[in-house]
Amino acid sequence: MSKRLFLTVLLLFALLLLSACHGSRKVGSFEVPQALDTSRDYEIVFWAKNDTNKRQTEIYQKAIDDFQALYPNIHVNMRLYTDYGKIYNDVITNISTNTTPNVCITYPDHIATYMTGNNVVVPLDPLFADPRYGLGGTELRFDGPAQEEIIPQFLSECVISGTHYALPYMRSTEAVYINKTFVEKLGYEVPDILTWDFIWEVSDKAAQKDAGGVYLLNGQKVMIPFIYKSTDNMMIQMLRQLGADYSTENGGILLFNDTTKSLLETISKHVSNGAFSTFKISSYPANFLNAGQCVFAVDSTAGATWMGSNAPLTDISRDKFVAFETAVRMVPQFDPANPKMISQGPSVCVFNHGDPQEVLASWLFTQYLLSNDVQIAYASTEGYVPVTTCAQQAPEYVDYLARIGEDNNEHYAVKIEASRLLTDNVASTFVTPAFNGSASLRDAAGQLIENTVKSVRRKQTVDDAYFEKLYSDITSLYHLNQGDSAQGMGGKQDLGPLPGMSRGLLIGLVVIWVGIGLYALRDFLQKHRKDFSKR
Amino acid sequence: MKKILALMLTLCVLLGLSAFASAEETKGEGVMTYAEYAAADLDTEVVVETYVQAKQSWWDNKATVYTQDQDGAYFLYNMACSEEDYAKLVPGTKIKVTGYKSAWSGEVEITDATFEIEEGSFIAEPLDITDKLASEDLINYQNLLVSFKGMTVEASNDEGAAFLYSWDGSGAHDSNSDLYFKVSKDGQTYSFTVESYLCDNTTDVYAAVENLKVGDVIDMTGFLYWYEGANPHIISVAAAQ
Repeated sequence: MSKRLFLTVLLLFALLLLSACHGSRKVGSFEVPQALDTSRDYEIVFWAKNDTNKRQTEIYQKAIDDFQALYPNIHVNMRLYTDYGKIYNDVITNISTNTTPNVCITYPDHIATYMTGNNVVVPLDPLFADPRYGLGGTELRFDGPAQEEIIPQFLSECVISGTHYALPYMRSTEAVYINKTFVEKLGYEVPDILTWDFIWEVSDKAAQKDAGGVYLLNGQKVMIPFIYKSTDNMMIQMLRQLGADYSTENGGILLFNDTTKSLLETISKHVSNGAFSTFKISSYPANFLNAGQCVFAVDSTAGATWMGSNAPLTDISRDKFVAFETAVRMVPQFDPANPKMISQGPSVCVFNHGDPQEVLASWLFTQYLLSNDVQIAYASTEGYVPVTTCAQQAPEYVDYLARIGEDNNEHYAVKIEASRLLTDNVASTFVTPAFNGSASLRDAAGQLIENTVKSVRRKQTVDDAYFEKLYSDITSLYHLNQGDSAQGMGGKQDLGPLPGMSRGLLIGLVVIWVGIGLYALRDFLQKHRKDFSKR
Repeated sequence: MKKILALMLTLCVLLGLSAFASAEETKGEGVMTYAEYAAADLDTEVVVETYVQAKQSWWDNKATVYTQDQDGAYFLYNMACSEEDYAKLVPGTKIKVTGYKSAWSGEVEITDATFEIEEGSFIAEPLDITDKLASEDLINYQNLLVSFKGMTVEASNDEGAAFLYSWDGSGAHDSNSDLYFKVSKDGQTYSFTVESYLCDNTTDVYAAVENLKVGDVIDMTGFLYWYEGANPHIISVAAAQ
């Protein structure tokens, strides 16, 4: 009886320990199925980002409805987000429980972090190349682009460690939205390509006030001549234009260098003149631009519908608008003969939950987002451009661009000019490498500028010692000292000591097996003693 | 008779002392009064003692909190705060905050702040500012817990919707989108919000706004947040009394 009880307890304990070991669910790698199993129904969860724009959400819904009409056994359930950061946080939170969405609008920087989970993000190259369900495949029920019809510069951003992990969905760049009326009032002309010297000089002049604190340019008590929405882009583009270091392809952190410091020193000088601020410190550039309180507003081309005297979208009361002529230019350059501007915009990735048929269904919907109807409709909502040549060259899109300025809505001139800025300058665009930690590095680049601007505004001393401490603080805040050229994708990382629970489980397993072994040995010895005594 | 007089005198003294204690709170050393805070320039360091009234959000060791003392309100944006400490910031908690006075689209707030919890408790009663809505004085009540009485729900779009998910209807219930709705008083219409980080789609106020009909007359409480003008963050809605 005691033997049975002992064995039962041992077995139960062993089972308990073994079940506890399965805390994280591992998923096998994806292989393209031979065919889509049309006898099954599929529920695909799609997390979609929009710019708080009703037309965009309607386009997503239409895309879903049209896709479902083609594939009645695939049901797409959309969840809307207005913030890439929120999508990123929610995906990260859900990876460990294998409850990520199936399809997700995201940035490649973010995908690089998702990939720290095993087989979580589907590598798309095998799907691209599949003759039946791949790009331009024979079994597609819609007209999807072939790989060569996806603009290479846009597709290249989706490569991580030599493999495509996303498709580009929309592309944009940054633009300077200029109050041309103000520039001319100050005695300047807006050049075809702005230089950094020009923008600083004009901004400093625009910051002049009278003795009563009223700005000479606009007769108001508020004026921020130059406002930058995304200071991470600002730093990255300035460094690229100067040929200075930012990172290696594999995650080497090179941001904290003398060129960066020199750029921050320049920025601090103009902040102290009252010439510059940022979105995080002051608010949306569009709000200031449209109220006649800004000369140069830098924001995405995907924010063009908010810019200008006749902007169709606004957060400020219409009675605060000031009439002015809006010019749209690429971001300021150090070398106008060799312009460099960042390419950005949403991409779309597919998550692997361990069911290859579900992945295939998800991939079909992902591809559908690149069909002309979706591309042209969505690109027309803002200063985006379609990511395929077939959409960009489609008569409907060409006609859309040609009707620039016909109205202040769908054909809003500032919006179409912003789109053209990208279509006309694709060869001048660049992207930064995506690796595990690239999102943090990007945040750090922006935070260097934010902190410098705040320190100047707060009348703190900004000198060599300040920058030394700033570099150290930012490195620590974003854990950039834990990433070097030895790391990045595929690199080994010291994860620290084993957690207590894990140690306990392992020790318990050892104890169990020692116990089993001892019991077996005791049983063996007893049996042999009996045999010996019988002799 | 003498005993009665003595008792009445004692009661009067006690009442007087208690009234004095509640009317004036002594600030700690180096701590600004609300008046000093209000008068401080932007981008200057401020030190205030205040009381948590509600919490908006926590992420990545930063918390956004609505606070108020007996004299005014302080909105704390992205204050340094561990998750453990965030749980301690229940309504009424007294905290000493050191940060920088900032303004973002007209919203005056304290940024880059740190805090320490102190002894004490205070929960504000909503201040009725219905008659201040149309006045230029309204901005002086920024961030306070306030109430609005007897306001009429107006259409939020051309289709006559009583509310919108997100400012233009591009959101959804399941996406936990902010709710925007319009209410009027004395011929003026105003835009109010249910900020979904403060009151998400599982809360009573979220459901109450989703159930509004154009023409309903309602009372509301909320925090007088500011974004390019008054943008109250509503925390309760009820049929007008």
